Amino acid sequence: MEMEIDPDDLFRDDDDDADNELFQGRESTKDLVVYLVDASPKMFSTTCPSGDDKDETHFHVAVSCIAQSLKTQIINHAYDEVAICFFNTREKWNLQDLNGVYVFNVAEQEYLDRPTARLIKEIDSVEESFMSKIGSQYGIVSGSRENSLYNALWVAQALLRKGSSKTAEKRVLLFTNEDNPFGNITGVIKTDMMRTTLQRARDAQDLGISIELLPLSRPDSDFNVSTFYSDLLGLKSDDLARFMPAAGKKLEDMKDQLRKKMFKKRLVRKITFSIANGLSIQLNSYALIRPTLPGAITWLDSVTNRPLKAERSFICADTGALVQESAKRFQPYKSENIKFSVEELSEIKRFSAGHLRLLGFKPLNCLKEFHNLRPSTFVFPTDEELIGSTSIFIALHRSMLRLNRFAVAFYGSSSRPQLVALVAQLHTGSNDAPPHANDDQIRKAAALIKRFDLKDFSVFQFANPALQRHYAVLQALALEEEEIPETQDETVPDEEGMSRPTFVSALEEFKLSVYGDNCDEENAVGNGKESETSKKRKAVADNAVKECANYDWGGLADNGKLKDMTVTQLKYYLTANNLPLAGKKEALISRILTHLGK
Amino acid sequence: MARNKDGMVLLIDVSPSMHKALPEIEKVCSMLVEKKLIYNKYDEVGAVLFGTEDTENELTTEVGGYKHVVVLQNIKVVDGHLVETLQQLPRGTHEVLDAIIVGLDMLIKKYGETYKGKKRLCLITNAQFPTKFPQEGTKEEQVTTIAGHMNKHGMRMESIVVRGKLTGEADKNIMDENDHLLGIFSRKTCAKLVHVESPTSLLGALRTRKISPVTIFRGDLELSPKMKIKVWVYKKTSEEKFPTLKKYSEKAPPTDRFATHEVKVDFEYKSVEDPSKVVPPDQRIKGYRYGPQVIPISSAEWDAVKFKPEKSVKLLGFSDAKNIMRHYYMKDVNIFIPEPGNTRAILAVSALARAMKDMNKVAIMRCVWRQGQGNVVVGVLTPNVSDNDNIPDSFYFNVLPFAEDVREFQFPSFSNFPESWQPSEQQQEAADGLVKMLDLAPPGKEEALLPSLTPNPVLERFYRHLELKSRQPDAVVPPLDETLRTITEPDKELISQNKSIIDVFHSRFELKENPKLKKSSRRFLRDKPSGSKEGEDHLSITDGPNKVEKIGDTTPVQDFEAMISRRDSPKWVGKAIKDMKNKIHDLVEDSYEGDNYSKALECLIALRKGCILEQEPKEFNDFLCNLCKFCEEKALGSFCGFLASKELTLIPKREAIDSEVTDDEAKSFLVKSEPKLEAMIE
Repeated sequence: MEMEIDPDDLFRDDDDDADNELFQGRESTKDLVVYLVDASPKMFSTTCPSGDDKDETHFHVAVSCIAQSLKTQIINHAYDEVAICFFNTREKWNLQDLNGVYVFNVAEQEYLDRPTARLIKEIDSVEESFMSKIGSQYGIVSGSRENSLYNALWVAQALLRKGSSKTAEKRVLLFTNEDNPFGNITGVIKTDMMRTTLQRARDAQDLGISIELLPLSRPDSDFNVSTFYSDLLGLKSDDLARFMPAAGKKLEDMKDQLRKKMFKKRLVRKITFSIANGLSIQLNSYALIRPTLPGAITWLDSVTNRPLKAERSFICADTGALVQESAKRFQPYKSENIKFSVEELSEIKRFSAGHLRLLGFKPLNCLKEFHNLRPSTFVFPTDEELIGSTSIFIALHRSMLRLNRFAVAFYGSSSRPQLVALVAQLHTGSNDAPPHANDDQIRKAAALIKRFDLKDFSVFQFANPALQRHYAVLQALALEEEEIPETQDETVPDEEGMSRPTFVSALEEFKLSVYGDNCDEENAVGNGKESETSKKRKAVADNAVKECANYDWGGLADNGKLKDMTVTQLKYYLTANNLPLAGKKEALISRILTHLGK
Repeated sequence: MARNKDGMVLLIDVSPSMHKALPEIEKVCSMLVEKKLIYNKYDEVGAVLFGTEDTENELTTEVGGYKHVVVLQNIKVVDGHLVETLQQLPRGTHEVLDAIIVGLDMLIKKYGETYKGKKRLCLITNAQFPTKFPQEGTKEEQVTTIAGHMNKHGMRMESIVVRGKLTGEADKNIMDENDHLLGIFSRKTCAKLVHVESPTSLLGALRTRKISPVTIFRGDLELSPKMKIKVWVYKKTSEEKFPTLKKYSEKAPPTDRFATHEVKVDFEYKSVEDPSKVVPPDQRIKGYRYGPQVIPISSAEWDAVKFKPEKSVKLLGFSDAKNIMRHYYMKDVNIFIPEPGNTRAILAVSALARAMKDMNKVAIMRCVWRQGQGNVVVGVLTPNVSDNDNIPDSFYFNVLPFAEDVREFQFPSFSNFPESWQPSEQQQEAADGLVKMLDLAPPGKEEALLPSLTPNPVLERFYRHLELKSRQPDAVVPPLDETLRTITEPDKELISQNKSIIDVFHSRFELKENPKLKKSSRRFLRDKPSGSKEGEDHLSITDGPNKVEKIGDTTPVQDFEAMISRRDSPKWVGKAIKDMKNKIHDLVEDSYEGDNYSKALECLIALRKGCILEQEPKEFNDFLCNLCKFCEEKALGSFCGFLASKELTLIPKREAIDSEVTDDEAKSFLVKSEPKLEAMIE
């Protein structure tokens, strides 16, 4: 459940700085993540049906989710450090030399390191050579005291030793489809192994490492968290209910669930929400939707490819003297410079002590489609500092849902609580009433809409084609590949679907009903009335052609007389010959000479 | 600049019934001029007052009539003087409504028919008093004639009609008649008519900043390659930014009247390794980050490979409106209108918009507004079916996020929260009451804080302060006035009307500060001996729930475990290890015939575990080595044998990655001979 901050233009969003922090993933907020992937034979034998009749193994689902998340990480949180570690493997590869655990690693990289192009490429293709190089084998079998889960947690904990937990979030993300890892063994050995494994997990948690489970469920049976993992994760009965993954769902849903869990919520800020007469509750705000931009440019020395440092200096425009960053600003006004101190400007922008202040409620239909300026901010109550906040929030939230209302509030953000909307007002310019469609036309349009329905459209559907291209190019260059791979633009219309006969006929009918019989001439006929500007433009061109004919351009050029002509005269030639009119007189002359081939 | 020079006449009703609204009118009119002084300083403004005691206008001298109408200011280029004049409007004594012709006459006389700039009349009145009957024809005919004149001269009129609590009682028949007459203007000409009921909306009713609409795109909306609709796309909503102030340099001598006082910013790029080396622009290349790598690409290379979509606006398909959540909207909003005058386009848009509205559908679009745009925009068209016969149907366009832009954090559903957090029936009732009663859009009344009529208080404050400082350079930032405060704070009247409901809400919910907060910044740690008042259950410390500060004689293992897991200060780990070592040392040293050995072993096992947990293997290994050495020297060798028999080992690398001891070394250490041991200690 959520309450959307109303992006009404009264209602400022969080400032850009906070956004940038999110994008740049500063040192203090970086994640250290160990992806712990069960590689037992069960992960390979269990499949889930994917959309196009091909079944995917759970192992594939896990690995592709990790690859996807790495691609996001390298773009958005490039300072995060990751390690990928398989357990229940035939081979072993880890510093402690423990059985059944294989830390995946690529050349020139530490085990826990920032994601690189190479890591992404290799994890993308890990399945091809997995069986030959790493192998899959149950690590917990009766008759042996080996405990691959214990070993895996231990390896993960050791990998996460790096960095203090003050500056980094340490996380272990455990992918498995086995809800009962000790199901194969019995007796004292089983209880003993379970106890030591839980202890190992608790020790890791004590060191500030959070362990999260990403269960893969089978279509036929639920992943039962309470069999073993609830103890390992320290889930209470309350949490348990919401932790249970829904079984039997489609693969896409499972991937969705995994994807949601893989990223740590990053708080933008804490907000005090004043309701009335001194009653305030606490909210956390999150940025759930923000444009992802290609990373910042770093300037390099083109000879050495070494990074350059930009140094900014301030120079007094009047005297040329170097000045310190000045604390004064000015605004020219009434032929004077009105000076403001920086403090004064922030005083002007200071409102309600940074609080979010409730002003009242309005019916939802007061919030129009065009009342939007920036991406929304998600707020969620917290009882962390003020116990009871959540309860009040839930009550208000319910009332608003029930009564179809939204809240209007003022957010006195400490940064620039900028700007109000100005509407570019449109005028129709004619006094004749424009036609409105009749019922038949609307019916035809409706038929067309039915034929052209995007089923289950979701905003996750389209990857940003420019960004995809950007990173595909970077990845290819980073790996020194010869060719830059083609990227697919998912946003182009479905040409195939549009050529289906049912669609074509619905379209033709609609076209006929609104455009009439000679509809194909639409472009040629235009709208019958030429616009004023195009009429004028045509008149100017006609005139130019006429005027242009009065001069012997070749002769003038040869005698160097062009420079004696006026700019207006020169432009006759340019207009008549469809050449650009911009530039100084010299530029016009040289353009004419070039065109004449002189 | 002449081409952009606009002319405007303000027609302000200063009659007695308007007196209450005049302070806000003074503010909004002077704001208009203040902004023109910055952004359109060649614009010309005139002001006409009506309802005054005096009469002073050209028409009255030329043709007679037009009593109680005063030209406060003839049309002239805006200046500071005009700001001050508008800030002190005289209060009138009469009720008349005859000023439109005077203003019209001023504009016609000033600019004639051929003037290119925009001409605008702005009428601010409560329209509460009857207009005079014209000498011939009806009032309607007269208004129609005036409207015809305005059209001929390309003039626009904006009427702001002040109503509600801003003005006194009035005759409803007269008001309706006047509204009807003003309505003719808005139907027959390019006129805008707004009614305002509150000081805030009065402040926002007049557009104080001129923005000329510019199309973002003109061309085909492609339903398919076979069918296209000609559309124009404009911005519907965009932010008015806080002005960017320039940096001020004080270097120029105060006597220099031509000094610009500007500060230029200069960038120099220097080698990181050698800061004395400045790299010239042509020797720089752009590098793009990809993870830890920075990849150099020249602009030419980049241009060759980058994504280059063709200019086009294409339909991807339709979707149920419920699939597009309001919070997906990314940016300010555009409007798609059918090409003006193009009947077929108007019909096609109209049919689609109406069908979409009926079926509750939206259209998903892929847009490249202009050639050379670096990316496509995916967005949603929502129908805007016009309820005004004069305005064709259109679409609003909102930008949608790409998959990369959505961060899916998981939030628990409120219904999964513990029972204690769920509001009770009574509480829910109180919340319902609050939501119902703090109503900003009560039926039959003006919607409070209507976005299109609500000025941005930050900008208002800035421009007012700017004007103040131009006259009084050391003026301090004034507090918000009452009118602006209703935008940033709840309306006092609304709050006091609903005091009982708010009080009920207050009393039914309990809020208290979290007492556990600030005790420890590391909340994720469980089992921490916090010593909090609740007496949390943390390990089994026999000394009670107090913080363990020393390792006692009775339960050294428990004391050690409690102390080493204290997280209120990093010193505790070190202290616990040190104290435990001393304790073990004492136990062994004081041992008589091995009576303390088993207790020492327990302590050693605890120490070993603690050192693994805290990643301090060296502390333990060194200690064990030293302890054994000590025992050898003091003829306590039996203790080493005892440890060997209990299979106590050094901490190998397998158990703590920092350890420099291999498994074999760890196991064999107590059996092995001295030299090996010493080598290892070093």
